[in-house]
Amino acid sequence: MELAISVIVGFMILGALYAIHARDLLSAVIAGGIVGYGLVICFLLLKAPDLAIVQIVVETITLIIMVAVVLDSSREEAFTKPDSKGYVTAATAIVIMAVLFYFLVVSSASLDRLGEGELRMSQSYIEGAVEKTGSVNLVTGVLFDFRGYDTLGEATVLITAVLGVLTILRIKGKK
Amino acid sequence: MTVYWLCFILFLTGLYGVITRRNLVKIAISLSIMEFSIFLLLALVGYADGAVAPIVDPADPFKVYVDPLPQAMVLTAIVIGLATTAMLMAVIIRLYRKYGTFDIREIKNLRG
Repeated sequence: MELAISVIVGFMILGALYAIHARDLLSAVIAGGIVGYGLVICFLLLKAPDLAIVQIVVETITLIIMVAVVLDSSREEAFTKPDSKGYVTAATAIVIMAVLFYFLVVSSASLDRLGEGELRMSQSYIEGAVEKTGSVNLVTGVLFDFRGYDTLGEATVLITAVLGVLTILRIKGKK
Repeated sequence: MTVYWLCFILFLTGLYGVITRRNLVKIAISLSIMEFSIFLLLALVGYADGAVAPIVDPADPFKVYVDPLPQAMVLTAIVIGLATTAMLMAVIIRLYRKYGTFDIREIKNLRG
């Protein structure tokens, strides 16, 4: 199990690297799709069917939006020679990565091995969940009953985002 | 343990893209790559060996289920990620129509 997921995550890393370095923006968007759809397979292997369904829908919508944006443009990423500013940003990236890596090494001692973690607070969500919520799907039970207010907030964020997109696309810019 | 490290490397790849790329579409792609690595990490934390998907089978009450709590949180996060990406792309379309480029350095020079 761990090997299969590792192989898929390896492919996702390759896709991400290609997406970052591709010259044509359309191939970058499609290579970004490798990461999203690889995540769907990982979710299926990790016994999370609800996540896989939502992720496949969301990834498809994201790809459609991005392809629509890219096809409307010149598609080429302007090539520029690495200047001093480019080296500064690359050095910044390496420093931030090193700091994050240090914290990962420190915190990896407290991570359980894959598949051997214990259920902590969600034990009480699982016990008697069917009687309490009336839903045999535990994820639905958590989302719509135990943490219903979270889902209400999520719906609010979605509506705000839709209103924001409509507002941004409809205003007339200064000539 | 390997898979946690690979997940972290995926996060670092996205971070590298956000910091070093100068193209707005690539920055948006890198941001969603970072998001995906976090989702994968949370799903990995909730996984248990020999467990089944968190859908209760009334006929067999002694099954072991994977942790439903991280899955519910990730479900919320995926949808909010879609909302932020759509918002970001709308801003990018506006910028492209006004300045005719995705390059943030040129947009900075053209402003004013």
